[in-house]
Amino acid sequence: MANAGVDDDIFEALLETVERFVRERLIPAEPTVEENDEIPADIVAEMKAMGLFGISIGEEYGGLGLSTMQEARLIEALCNASLVFRSLIGTTVGIGSQGIVMDGTEAQKREWLPKLATGEAISAFALTEPDYGSDASRIKTSARREGDDFIINGTKRYITNAPYASVFTLMARSNPEISGARGISAFIVPADTPGITVAKPDKKMGQRGAKTADVIFENVRVPAASIVGGPENEGKGFVTAMKVLDRGRVHISAMATGTSQRMLNEATDYAMDRKTMEKPIAEHQLVQAMLADCQTEIYAMRSLAHMAAKLYDEKGAAPMEAACAKYFTTEAAGRIADRCVQIFGGAGYMAEYAIERLYRDVRLLRIYEGTSQIQQTTIAKGLVKRRAEQR
Amino acid sequence: MKVLVPVKRVIDYNVKARVKADGSGVDLANVKMSMNPFDEIAVEEAIRLKEKGAAEEIVVVSIGVKQAQETLRTALAMGADRAILIEAADDVHTDIEPLAVAKLLKAVIDEEQPGLVIAGKQAIDNDMNATGQMLAALLGWGQATNAAEIEIEGDVAKVTREIDGGMQTLKVKMPAIITADLRLNEPRYASLPNIMKAKKKPLDAKTAADYGVDVAPRLTIVATTEPPARKAGVKVESVDELISKLKNEAGVL
Repeated sequence: MANAGVDDDIFEALLETVERFVRERLIPAEPTVEENDEIPADIVAEMKAMGLFGISIGEEYGGLGLSTMQEARLIEALCNASLVFRSLIGTTVGIGSQGIVMDGTEAQKREWLPKLATGEAISAFALTEPDYGSDASRIKTSARREGDDFIINGTKRYITNAPYASVFTLMARSNPEISGARGISAFIVPADTPGITVAKPDKKMGQRGAKTADVIFENVRVPAASIVGGPENEGKGFVTAMKVLDRGRVHISAMATGTSQRMLNEATDYAMDRKTMEKPIAEHQLVQAMLADCQTEIYAMRSLAHMAAKLYDEKGAAPMEAACAKYFTTEAAGRIADRCVQIFGGAGYMAEYAIERLYRDVRLLRIYEGTSQIQQTTIAKGLVKRRAEQR
Repeated sequence: MKVLVPVKRVIDYNVKARVKADGSGVDLANVKMSMNPFDEIAVEEAIRLKEKGAAEEIVVVSIGVKQAQETLRTALAMGADRAILIEAADDVHTDIEPLAVAKLLKAVIDEEQPGLVIAGKQAIDNDMNATGQMLAALLGWGQATNAAEIEIEGDVAKVTREIDGGMQTLKVKMPAIITADLRLNEPRYASLPNIMKAKKKPLDAKTAADYGVDVAPRLTIVATTEPPARKAGVKVESVDELISKLKNEAGVL
């Protein structure tokens, strides 16, 4: 179930602090992050100290317990800075903590949530495999029972934050007899468990500084008690993942909105300063059309993200609406990135300007946490089902 | 030792200030307000003294409109222990003058008996740079202004100040007033969990009348004007022309 959230006046103070941190610390650090392919250690420490890892974890476990709406607003503000910073907290704020918050045993909550909330432990979600991405319910990584333990074997691919992770939420097939989702369990696996190898970080198109890597599990022994929710939750790993997914899609919608606002701010500033034909290009009608289209879409994105967040807070689920929001906002972010580069003209193609980097970074949004095409099928199935109930 | 830090709510330093149409001051209606940056440095220094074991309690005081309690909450979230709000105005445009502020602070200090007061050297809204000095005079305490470094040695504060031509170090016997300069420290960000906890820390609400201090302004603002707009530059054809212009027109050579 969704967090109740914090009081409005406290939330405004939180938001203001994050906005200031973004403006004074994160945005100025972006070129360094891009250059070194790494977030500087002092910024990581500040992000931890600020409590950003704990925004979705309840106050009783040392987090903030933001509602989905508050999380969306805070994440939008955070994503005025490079998406790379958000990526570092993303896997902890998402399933890493929420799997345990929603379905974990009391012992699991006490063991992990306080460490996750402070960023002392960083969580990564190990679902995707070399052969299974969008069809994740067919994953092959096996969890073979041996007494009270499970022995895990398999390879996970593109695992965000794997090089930094102190714990994995690992999806593995605990029942080889069932080939679909119900044969899968979610395990909480400390990264220092013998048999785990994190491969070299992947080379990516963008989001330099955010790390993904293959993670190889070879005869990794974990107790049955490490299944999220305890041994009785064997085979329910996918149910846990699905519950977390809606909130995650709202979260991504907020990210898309935040980074789009940043890109439009960059493009608007440029259009006001850059002159062609003896006037600022912001006064040329065809440039105005691009600016207006960006602004209009951002307004729609924010509205959609907030509508889906509100629904999730009220109902505890919003599968179709969250999919609509993720689909629309990330596709719109792609269009906005394209227009903003266009507004910059030749300069937009040069790495000297932030827009070139933002354009590459934003491309991922339409792919991860369910591609646009998966969102479309989810939306279509959802609306057909609803219509069938109405007729 | 108890440390008292006065904090002022001022126009946020990122906001582009606009002068009111009637020239009576800067327009503050619906403008983002924050803690005066020098006061933030003062709060940070007090927290560092506490972390080093040189101070036990940090009390923050703000004088002005009711909304100044947001500023106090920020200081509490950074690490101050408790706060006192002295409401002395209803209108955000009313600036309580340094002498009235100093008198009110003296009254608070008489009650609280702090061993040290750290204030910002000036507020960025009116740049008076007077409250700390007036307070020292009213209390009869020693003062060290524009502090770039503070060290506590027993009942003495060793303060390094940036002055024309270098650094000056002086010792001041406590209790004393120290005003903080820009390079004293770099204030921390309040952490999000501490912002939540700050709401539970004590905040006493008082009024200027409680202390019997008259806050009526003594100064009259004659005019407020925006800085003149920057004029367009000129392109020169040669170095000789540049030198001639600098000599004859700008008069800087």
